[in-house]
Amino acid sequence: MDHATAGESRGFYEPRGKGGVASWIFSTDHKRIGLLYLSLITAMFGVALILGLIIRLKLMTPGNTLLSPQQYNALFTLHGVIMIFMVVIPSIPASFGNIFLPLHIGANDVSFPRLNNFSWWLYVIGSALAVASIFTGNGAPDTGWTFYVPFSERTSTNVSVAVIAVFILGFSSILTGLNFITTVHRLRTPGMTWRKLPLFVWSLYATGWIQVLATPILGITVLLIFAERVLHLGLFDASLGGDPLLYQHLFWIYSHPAVYIMILPAMGVISEIIPVFSRKPIFGYNMIAFSSLAIAFAGSLVWAHHMFTSGMSDAAVLVFSFLTFVVAIPSAIKVFNWLSTMYKGSISLDPPLLFALGFILMFSIGGLTGLVLGSAGTDIHVHDTYFVVAHFHYVIFGGTGLGMFAAAHYWLPKVFGRMYDHGKAAWSFWLILIGMNVLYFPMFVMGVQGMPRRYYDYLPQYAPLQMVSTWGSWILAAGLVLMFVNLWRGCRSGPPAGRNPWGGATLEWTLPAPLPAEAFHEDPPAPEPYDYKGVHPDA
Amino acid sequence: MNAHANSTTPEHDAGQAHEPLSYGLLTAIWVGLMVLTVVTVTVSRIDLGFLNVAVALGVASVKAGLVIFFFMHLKYENRLIKGMVLTAFIILAIAIGFTFFDVGYRY
Amino acid sequence: MPEHASAHAGPTSDALVRRDDQGSKIGMWLFLFTEILLFGGLFLLYASYRHRFPAAFHSGGKTLDVFIGGLNTVVLISSSLTVALSITALRRGAKRLCLGLLGFTIACAATFMVNKFIEWSAKFHHGLIPGSEHMAQLPHGEAVFYGLYFAMTGLHGVHVVIGASLITWVMLLIRRGKTTGENYVVLENVGLYWHIVDLVWIYLFPLFYLIS
Repeated sequence: MDHATAGESRGFYEPRGKGGVASWIFSTDHKRIGLLYLSLITAMFGVALILGLIIRLKLMTPGNTLLSPQQYNALFTLHGVIMIFMVVIPSIPASFGNIFLPLHIGANDVSFPRLNNFSWWLYVIGSALAVASIFTGNGAPDTGWTFYVPFSERTSTNVSVAVIAVFILGFSSILTGLNFITTVHRLRTPGMTWRKLPLFVWSLYATGWIQVLATPILGITVLLIFAERVLHLGLFDASLGGDPLLYQHLFWIYSHPAVYIMILPAMGVISEIIPVFSRKPIFGYNMIAFSSLAIAFAGSLVWAHHMFTSGMSDAAVLVFSFLTFVVAIPSAIKVFNWLSTMYKGSISLDPPLLFALGFILMFSIGGLTGLVLGSAGTDIHVHDTYFVVAHFHYVIFGGTGLGMFAAAHYWLPKVFGRMYDHGKAAWSFWLILIGMNVLYFPMFVMGVQGMPRRYYDYLPQYAPLQMVSTWGSWILAAGLVLMFVNLWRGCRSGPPAGRNPWGGATLEWTLPAPLPAEAFHEDPPAPEPYDYKGVHPDA
Repeated sequence: MNAHANSTTPEHDAGQAHEPLSYGLLTAIWVGLMVLTVVTVTVSRIDLGFLNVAVALGVASVKAGLVIFFFMHLKYENRLIKGMVLTAFIILAIAIGFTFFDVGYRY
Repeated sequence: MPEHASAHAGPTSDALVRRDDQGSKIGMWLFLFTEILLFGGLFLLYASYRHRFPAAFHSGGKTLDVFIGGLNTVVLISSSLTVALSITALRRGAKRLCLGLLGFTIACAATFMVNKFIEWSAKFHHGLIPGSEHMAQLPHGEAVFYGLYFAMTGLHGVHVVIGASLITWVMLLIRRGKTTGENYVVLENVGLYWHIVDLVWIYLFPLFYLIS
């Protein structure tokens, strides 16, 4: 089923018509929009990565080194705000989701292509405003990415601009989710029932629901910070009878589901990769699909596990701790099913699978430590320590980050029709994996030993592990640079990749590589997405 | 050019085919809403203790139901849209309700 | 081979083939959920603070004018009626009636905002402005009540203005023949938005005006 014809070896990114910048930034083509997002997200990742490296450099030795305390506070705030709102939340959905969701369901675009372009522009404007907050007013916010009241209301730094940026970025996320939900309902090729949907699509669908239903709460929360600062509204002001804890509730009602926005698409990528590189249908398709919805729903029940030490009622501590164990179950189901898929499979240890396996390792470690945090009793000991910092970096960076890298190694050859160097990809993977563990594992230890997070300085007893952690950041950075250069070179001038280098069975692999401007000239038949009989890699 | 009509999927375009709601029906709903407004204002004048809140919210919810099901046409939409609306309200109820595990025991 | 110029344009360029009214409607409902949840956060605060300060909310509520609030309720419900009627009118080919009904809806929105202005001015006149000395000296809970009052009716007012702008826009589309009795999903969707504005007020009215 080869859709290529003579004139269609031109990729969708080749100049069309008048070409030029306008044909990209005002494009309603989901593939171009996906690449627009990918480029900006990568750029913002680079910025926040450098901020992280500077933080680690500062923390390498105790004492007043490198930065002032004020600068340090601004740095970790900015690192968090950029990473969460400008990198991880949009990461997979906005880039690979945009490009491959329609293709997976046999559609030529999303339901609302112009809205899709508008989403990207909101992302651009929000990001620009966030960066502007560094250079305007009294400089970058120093509140931490969580903007807790009362400090966020009183600090003279540029919180107001930053929260407006977050509001706009949230709107971008909402519109993407809205677009994807509608697309999955309306544009599936005839014969593609819900049971034949690729699991990547299931994960984006579930993610879309969280984006639509949870993000507005963030919207109102940041609007209220803005209103407190600019209009003196005083709803959280204790001197007027306000309750700062209500801010925390509102904040986490979004920000906990937000972590599932971050992880679900990455899990979807892993669900695509594992079966292809095991040459075996995914184990437990129904349960994996169901678990995506279950995670989305259960994730909305547990937010106050971020507040065990805040002073909220014991009843709440009990209830939310109990519910947090529930949400672990569907995640565990996925891990079990991925491993079961590989059992007795024919494994090809190509780069996408390496990153996918790295995901499973890092996410499992991070996820298990989540149980320590979710149990109120143990959480009291480690809340606001490095243990938390290690936990979320394992699941977000080791999870979603590796998932994103896996997606890049899996799908970029399809996008650009060119293959990167597998050897260098493997090297970069190992450097990244080792770097991540050397960087973050010591933080679990330091956290249990009492090292608080967000602290500018620390007691000498933590110095050895702090130094080890900083070395880890350099190993990681080296791996990231190698990976990026390898992918960049590969996509631009690597050898031709062939239509289906990995032997995938989902619809994108029936298309030419590079992807053409128009994917399907007629409705394609809906394949069994994980049936590899008769499907072979052709690289 | 693909133009999926989704003929194989259970979500048919039910919303398209209906007749528009008659002027009479819509006006009758409006009358109902007016009546309920009068009711809620009147009842608020009577002291029922804690029941005042319940009645006020109850009447408001009936009014909301009339607006949603008739003016917003939800009664005539397919199960998908109805299910989506229900989901959104359930999430809102959870957000407010679960907060009361804290607020209800602390205030 | 001819590369379809329409391959990646939006729905309007090959509207006959790609038009998906049901999809548009689903998309609009999804957007409405975000509005419901946006206000929902404020309702969460209202519920929590009312539980904490029942007396303060009671006395705060007494200072709100039930007549104006009730009038605004009648105005908004009526505007919901006219917007719903306008869809029937358009689908039955009564274009001028449709435009008249929509115009009336906008007039209702304007009336609502005038009433709101009167109410707020009265409050400001009494020193009830967020951040003022007077507010800071109110009993705990009363300041929160007024803060919520301004926040919720303020955000609602913003949405009244947005809704009225959308209605104006769709009136232009109808005048220009882009939205018709056969192609009316845009009017339906704008109508849905307007009904949410009404819906929020249906809850705000008893929660602020009828608690004494």
